Amino acid sequence: MKTINLTEQTVRDLNQALHAQAVECTEREWEVLEPKGQHNIACGLDQNLSVDIKGPTGYYCAGMNKKAHVTIHGNAGQGVAENMMSGTVRVKGDASQAAGATAHGGLLVIEGNAAARCGISMKGVDIVVKGNVGHMSCFMGQAGALVVCGDAGDALGDSIYETHIYVKGEVKSLGADCIEKEVREEHIEELTELLNRAGVDEDPAAFKRYGSARQLYNFKVDNTSAY
Amino acid sequence: MCGIVGLYLKNKALESQLGALFEPMLIAMTDRGPDSAGFAIYGDEVADDSIKLTLRHADENYDWAALAEKAQTELNTGVEWFKNSKVAVFKIQTSAAIAEAFVAEAAPDVLILSAGQSIEILKEVGLPENIAETFSLKGMKGSHIIGHTRMATESAVTMEGSHPFSTGMDLCLVHNGSLSNHNRLREELKREGIVFETENDSEVAAGYLTWRLQQGDSLNEALTNSLKDLDGFFTFTVGTRDGFAVMRDPIACKPAVMAETDDYVAMASEYQALTTLPGIENARIWEPEPATIYVWERNSQEGAK
Amino acid sequence: MSEDIKVKDGLRESATFDRTTMTEIRRAAETGIYDIRGFGAKRKLPHFDDLLFLGASMSRYPLEGYREKCNTSVTLGTRFAKKPIVLDIPVTIAGMSFGALSANAKEALGRGASLMGTSTTTGDGGMTPEERGQSTKLVYQYLPSRYGMNPDDLRKADAIEVVLGQGAKPGGGGMLLGQKITDRVAKMRTLPMGVDQRSACRHPDWTGPDDLAIKIQELREITDWQVPIYIKVGATRTYYDVKLAVKAGADVIVVDGMQGGTAATQDVFIEHVGIPTLAAIPQAVRALQEMGMHRKVQLIVSGGIRNGADVAKCMALGADAVAIGTAALVALGCNHPMYDEEFKKIGSAAGFYDDYHEGKDPAGISTQDPELMKRLDPVDGGRRLANYLNVLTLEAQTLARACGKNDLRNLEPEDLVALTVESAAMANVPLAGTSWIPGKGF
Repeated sequence: MKTINLTEQTVRDLNQALHAQAVECTEREWEVLEPKGQHNIACGLDQNLSVDIKGPTGYYCAGMNKKAHVTIHGNAGQGVAENMMSGTVRVKGDASQAAGATAHGGLLVIEGNAAARCGISMKGVDIVVKGNVGHMSCFMGQAGALVVCGDAGDALGDSIYETHIYVKGEVKSLGADCIEKEVREEHIEELTELLNRAGVDEDPAAFKRYGSARQLYNFKVDNTSAY
Repeated sequence: MCGIVGLYLKNKALESQLGALFEPMLIAMTDRGPDSAGFAIYGDEVADDSIKLTLRHADENYDWAALAEKAQTELNTGVEWFKNSKVAVFKIQTSAAIAEAFVAEAAPDVLILSAGQSIEILKEVGLPENIAETFSLKGMKGSHIIGHTRMATESAVTMEGSHPFSTGMDLCLVHNGSLSNHNRLREELKREGIVFETENDSEVAAGYLTWRLQQGDSLNEALTNSLKDLDGFFTFTVGTRDGFAVMRDPIACKPAVMAETDDYVAMASEYQALTTLPGIENARIWEPEPATIYVWERNSQEGAK
Repeated sequence: MSEDIKVKDGLRESATFDRTTMTEIRRAAETGIYDIRGFGAKRKLPHFDDLLFLGASMSRYPLEGYREKCNTSVTLGTRFAKKPIVLDIPVTIAGMSFGALSANAKEALGRGASLMGTSTTTGDGGMTPEERGQSTKLVYQYLPSRYGMNPDDLRKADAIEVVLGQGAKPGGGGMLLGQKITDRVAKMRTLPMGVDQRSACRHPDWTGPDDLAIKIQELREITDWQVPIYIKVGATRTYYDVKLAVKAGADVIVVDGMQGGTAATQDVFIEHVGIPTLAAIPQAVRALQEMGMHRKVQLIVSGGIRNGADVAKCMALGADAVAIGTAALVALGCNHPMYDEEFKKIGSAAGFYDDYHEGKDPAGISTQDPELMKRLDPVDGGRRLANYLNVLTLEAQTLARACGKNDLRNLEPEDLVALTVESAAMANVPLAGTSWIPGKGF
């Protein structure tokens, strides 16, 4: 295992070292010490690495991740795992706003709470939040799944396309064109699999499902108040 | 567009270290605001029959002693004062109105940055670390402090345009974001008698709170009303005599993070400004909800809870 | 002709409620939705035609065409990037999306630009292999919607352009109506086929220049500080926006004036938001000069550039390069009269067609219809674009040499005069024959 202490080396040094692994992989296990909320830690990875960040991170930690498995042992700042393509990002603490924004694939697990706009414009990522999510979560969500074991804030799933949303707790309000939907067998299966992958012990049957009413997919004059 | 930091001590034993605890918080926000920086520190209170003014003159060699002497003679009262860079703090045994009228009359080129029993506002153009150095922030004592680093958006990079902005007795405001209706609001507030020094949107927010408080609003009511009357994106931190308040607009895009331990409550635009605080690893950390007012005060001032 | 008859009959059309206005009111009443269209602003605006060059005669000496060199190359991204882009000509191709344009059109743009040693730009909807393959220098746009955005393409790009807005719709997002969301477009954007697509107007994970500084750093980290980062803004509060882009860490700033085109947005946006390109350049240049960054952070200007004179005038006002969009499409064959009959069938006419969003373009450019698409041969189209770019360059050089310059970037505002008070005030150059510049500052 290779250890990099961010009070001794810069985020640039760390990222360059991690990016070099995409060309030739010499070390799969990495540990990052004393991140102290710095931005852009471990972003742009493109290799099957395991990266443990021992402390809180700033904006865009593990941004655009591919293949790598990044664990943040602390809170994560704005846009954690934004535009992730594959791999896993796990936040042991809370995540700030726009967690998993526009992410295309992979799995993002937030063991604490996620703030506003969790999964905004998500495009295929799976996000599992053990705690609550803030307002406007899954805004314009296109694909993938968002699982919330706690409560969801205002305007959940506003202008949603085809993301599957599962919430166990209360939903403060649903956004435009987002409705509660029937939970069928295939949804229980999907949810069971997501909870297993995330390592979260919850009963899939306790969740409600939300998704697109598909009323805003093509312009209709009677919907103008929703635009 | 900026960085905000605030630190409120619950543990009085830390008051002698307030400046030292706060300085790295302010400097950590340099990238968010490299143009100017400032802070409002609370402590060293004067008695209720006295007033503390933070005064500023562009000339670092301004003759404050002469002004103090004049105040002593003309107001026939005791004046204590000390100088810090281009700023001087005057403690005068009189009312705020009389003291402010005296300064306006006797020294029209002196700017009053703050007035109250406790507050001192210090701000300048330049990098946060230079401003901290200029005012010897590290050695300052007090009960609480809020600060700001500024990346100027539409108004000029000047001392006047830097934060915090005074909003009334012992009150001030710092802002991160951008208001979209401040020009018309400024005109309305001018008609109500509020005076503005700059074209800055944050000064309008401060002027708005000043006006609401003059109208008899509590701080809580004034902030609630601002949600209705101010348009745009904002995170506000308001310093009060006894603590501070934090509020984000209903959309809440601009960042804010809070931390609380048995010793203190802190707020910052980014977590990295909090990393140097003692015991931060075990602090309760959260982000303020949109359109929600958070207040921390030691002797809950009336209406501010 | 019919006009004359009506006037003869004593009929008078209202200047306020003219026929176009009445047609729009009736259309709004019928449909209940604002008019969506493509193209750029159609109203008359103060433009580069209102400026003239002061050629050399006695006080200045001209250069001999073809013999005495006039450099046209420009290097972009010298501030932070390890690999700045060198363009042989100061005319680049603006961002236009696959989705809005056909794959053939995108390929033709890449071919034409590459033949002339300049760059082309992706758009909303990601990078196609055709485009990357045919473009020797490709700028990858980073947009609010992040359709098709992925780090592999980001790393393949020669520069990254963070788009905050465009001249046709500053403050608005794009619109791509269901008709154009074909299988391939849908897949690239991760959308169901046939749905209307409303692109976001703000980026999902940052707001404002303080956050943008961190976002730029992320993009630099991911690309290991190799390639330049551009910031593109629609021209509105240009002076402030340029200053903030510099503070946030941009290598290059792209300012798109209100004549800049779009694939689709509300007509009210296109015609009523933003400032003319002519007015934006002096604001941008002043901001850069005040920060000591003119020529260090390069300025690309777009919005209504049509000929070499426009190019030379932009550069004289202080731009380092220009970008063309609508003009490039016209060079490929957009609105070509040979399709006039077909334009009429879809309720338009050659030279008037702006319903790019409907995807029925007879010229095969702003469409995803496989049959229509075939009408544009990417090799021929690329050749036409290269010819046109060559003419733009030759014309700009002609004017520069006439002003005694051995480099296009040595053109100055002092080489220009204005024909109208408006253009003199906006461009900050004197009214022709006088030393009078109306007003001061901005």
